[in-house]
Amino acid sequence: MSANIVIIDYGMGNLRSVQKAFEKVGFSATITRDHALIKEASHIVLPGVGAFGDAMKNLNSLGLSNLLHVEVLEHKKLFLGICLGMQLIAEKSYEFGEHQGLGWIEDAKVVRFEESSLKIPHVGWNEMNFHNPSILFKDIPDHSNFYFVHSYYFEAPSTHAIGYCDYGHSFVCAIQKENIFATQFHPEKSQTHGLQIIKNFAQLTKESLC
Amino acid sequence: MLKHRIIPCVLLKDWQLVKSIQFGSFRTIGHPTATVRIYNARNVDELIVLDIDASLNNEPINTEIITDMANECFMPLTIGGGIKTIEDVYTVLGAGADKVSINSEAIKRPSFIKEIATIFGSQCVVCSIDIKKVDGKYRVFTKKEGLLDIDPIELAKEYERQGAGEILLTSIDREGTTLGYDTELLKLFANTLHIPIIINGGMGKPEHGAEALQNGADALAAAFIFHFTQFTPNMIKEELSHHHYPVRLS
Repeated sequence: MSANIVIIDYGMGNLRSVQKAFEKVGFSATITRDHALIKEASHIVLPGVGAFGDAMKNLNSLGLSNLLHVEVLEHKKLFLGICLGMQLIAEKSYEFGEHQGLGWIEDAKVVRFEESSLKIPHVGWNEMNFHNPSILFKDIPDHSNFYFVHSYYFEAPSTHAIGYCDYGHSFVCAIQKENIFATQFHPEKSQTHGLQIIKNFAQLTKESLC
Repeated sequence: MLKHRIIPCVLLKDWQLVKSIQFGSFRTIGHPTATVRIYNARNVDELIVLDIDASLNNEPINTEIITDMANECFMPLTIGGGIKTIEDVYTVLGAGADKVSINSEAIKRPSFIKEIATIFGSQCVVCSIDIKKVDGKYRVFTKKEGLLDIDPIELAKEYERQGAGEILLTSIDREGTTLGYDTELLKLFANTLHIPIIINGGMGKPEHGAEALQNGADALAAAFIFHFTQFTPNMIKEELSHHHYPVRLS
């Protein structure tokens, strides 16, 4: 069965660039907030650029938080969070106050880079160092460069970490927990290796994870 | 480690990408989408396109061509030219750009930078300053109004205060000459600013890139070298890497 990919439209960021990355590697993806379409999907992508608080507010008011809980945690659909979409699956964020996230990764929180010597945001190409092996990294060499844009980072125990990046200190830049995948960097803006990640995700099946 | 970037910076004119020489004559580079495809294949790190029909002739921003380019661009894309309002920024980002480059409007109204940064974040705002040296002094220049009586350093400091994410610093005297970047100008800016500087104008060989990084540039913009010399982006990166500057090699 071919992948039925949806990109969640919740009013945060440029979703079209994620959609065209899927198209580039031979898959179509639908940008939607329609619950019926999301329920039919096999793959759910949550991109996003912007503030954590606004994002959660939008997900909640559109009824998407509950829907995603059901589809991803109960039905175990393949999920890819990108940038803010990765941060949203943490338990909490401290961006402009304290906010509850979707809470899919235990003890994960989103905190600001504190080093005074660092330029914030962390913008540009930086290396990802593999931690645990993941099917998401098929055909990608260790220490490849990806494109990052963020001021807050994902702080979590190493249990589900699959990649780390160094900016002032080492932080988790990619995670996998069963059917849940996420990257802090933007695969859709990271040329060849980024497109490979998009392709790897699109080619996954629930069965391939077992 | 964060990498130094190699960024083609080209102009959009009459539906073609072109390269200017000291802001005067234009040489055609090629069809926009075909050129973007080549840049993608050649491993450049970002792309800056300045729409001079929109900036000079007050034509509406060419969203059709920006969309076409963005569809081929799997790296960050900065679009400039004729951006005067927040609606323009929405238009350009909606067409698929990741950042906007602001020039004339920022000179007139530096608070425009803050407006953009508040809504879209500082990483979204590149402030472009064009500079000409006259009687030994650096002066701000715009294509429309010519030389302005503004100190470029003070202007850049104001841009930084307003929340600019990066400065695109172009030496008109060096542009398209292959004589190397104006490192004297670069040093003045690098010693004053805290935000990243993209130096532009004059790269004719890879060694010029290393010189610029040594003098405080964060990223290297160029066009002539990619189209009218034998040097490729990777050859420049290899030279930089040889000097121990972190770059993205492949």
